[in-house]
Amino acid sequence: MALKGRDIISIRDLSREEIEEVLKVAHRMIPIAEGSKIDRRLDGIILALAFLEPSTRTRLSFETAAQRLGARCITIADPATSSVVKGETLSDTVRMLSGYADALVLRHPNEGAARLAAEMSDKPVINAGDGAGQHPTQTLLDLATIQEAHGTLSGLRVVLLGDLKYGRTVHSLAHALALFGAEMVLISPPSLKLPDEVTEHLDQLGARVREEEQLHRAVRDADVLYVTRIQKERFGDEAEYAKVAGSYRIDNSVLAGAKQRLIVMHPLPRLGEIAPEVDGSPHAAYFRQAFLGVPVRMALLSLVLKGKGA
Amino acid sequence: MAAPRELKITPIKNGTVIDHIGNGLSLEVLRIIGVGDLDKDSTVSVALHVRSQKMGWKDIVKVENMELSPRKVNAIALIAPTATISIIRDYKVREKRTVDLPERIVGVARCPNPNCITNRGEPVESEFDVARRRPVVLRCIYCERQMDDFLSHLI
Repeated sequence: MALKGRDIISIRDLSREEIEEVLKVAHRMIPIAEGSKIDRRLDGIILALAFLEPSTRTRLSFETAAQRLGARCITIADPATSSVVKGETLSDTVRMLSGYADALVLRHPNEGAARLAAEMSDKPVINAGDGAGQHPTQTLLDLATIQEAHGTLSGLRVVLLGDLKYGRTVHSLAHALALFGAEMVLISPPSLKLPDEVTEHLDQLGARVREEEQLHRAVRDADVLYVTRIQKERFGDEAEYAKVAGSYRIDNSVLAGAKQRLIVMHPLPRLGEIAPEVDGSPHAAYFRQAFLGVPVRMALLSLVLKGKGA
Repeated sequence: MAAPRELKITPIKNGTVIDHIGNGLSLEVLRIIGVGDLDKDSTVSVALHVRSQKMGWKDIVKVENMELSPRKVNAIALIAPTATISIIRDYKVREKRTVDLPERIVGVARCPNPNCITNRGEPVESEFDVARRRPVVLRCIYCERQMDDFLSHLI
């Protein structure tokens, strides 16, 4: 498997086999991520975390992943404390960091920043989210969550709910699910439907995708319910937002008719899309999903830096 | 008796003829060519709304003493995909070809996404691959945004 030295910019850069390899290694990383097993395979490695847009969750999960495997991190946690505020270009920041570290993890407010960084850096670049663009490690951890719960990614029925237009996690996840032959059921307000270019792309991959209006009906025979945030700023007025947000809220009554094995996922943070009462139900998988971000990032770092996951 | 052939634009000795430009697009072609950069002795002739057997109506541009760079040909291919380009030397057509869209289009158009990194002052040229050929849709290789409105984004 040739992930050693590779840039990980978009989930589209990875083949189905490469994704499977990352997930397999991630599964083996779980005891190390939990702290019950010690593994220092990245001892001596320095990882640069350039978070030129603040994101505590993703940054801490990368830091944890690196440190569990013995690597050290040099971190820009906030652009306000770096030379970016003096007007330094991303290209210069990246060239400097690639001289210091063995690999670079980049979070940036502009789309395409990670692809540019990869061109400028002679060390591997891992995209930790660029604007409304790509966030491949989120997709990998989403897939790891589904695989852990169901033992497979093929033949599942996955409901994608909420903001399917602007939610970048959904576009990347839909691409990956298409590679694995999952069936997708889409539920969203009319103004937040999946963009045409994403739908066309899924068609080209031969994906099975259909729209559904009734939440209860979609949930009834689903294996995965993937809930996304519906952001207030997408709506003209508050009342319209409140109406839409209310009709997509997941609580125990919505899940009453669901299959026993249905899992509810959410990229977090949630803003009322999932009622706290669901947290205690066997369907709730979103905190496990957040935890799996660590072993998935450990797997990726290990494969990119050492070329092996064993 | 056949009607005498009416010559609307005089022949040029050396230069480039861009024919079969879509009706009304010749002024955009002129903008791509950069008429301001031409040799001051060069004549530029433009024919708008010319009858064409193939196209119904077309535009033609003739430029003396200039051959187009590959980058300019790519830009013309974007806005006038039906155009043909003839290189004239000593009044004779030495080379005639259609414009072909290459796999990658570099430095010709700006990405329409204002939040794309290529629009943020970085030392990088815009670059697109061809997402679809008929009609042409380009995709920014950086932010992956697609674009089909080239006229307003030409550099």
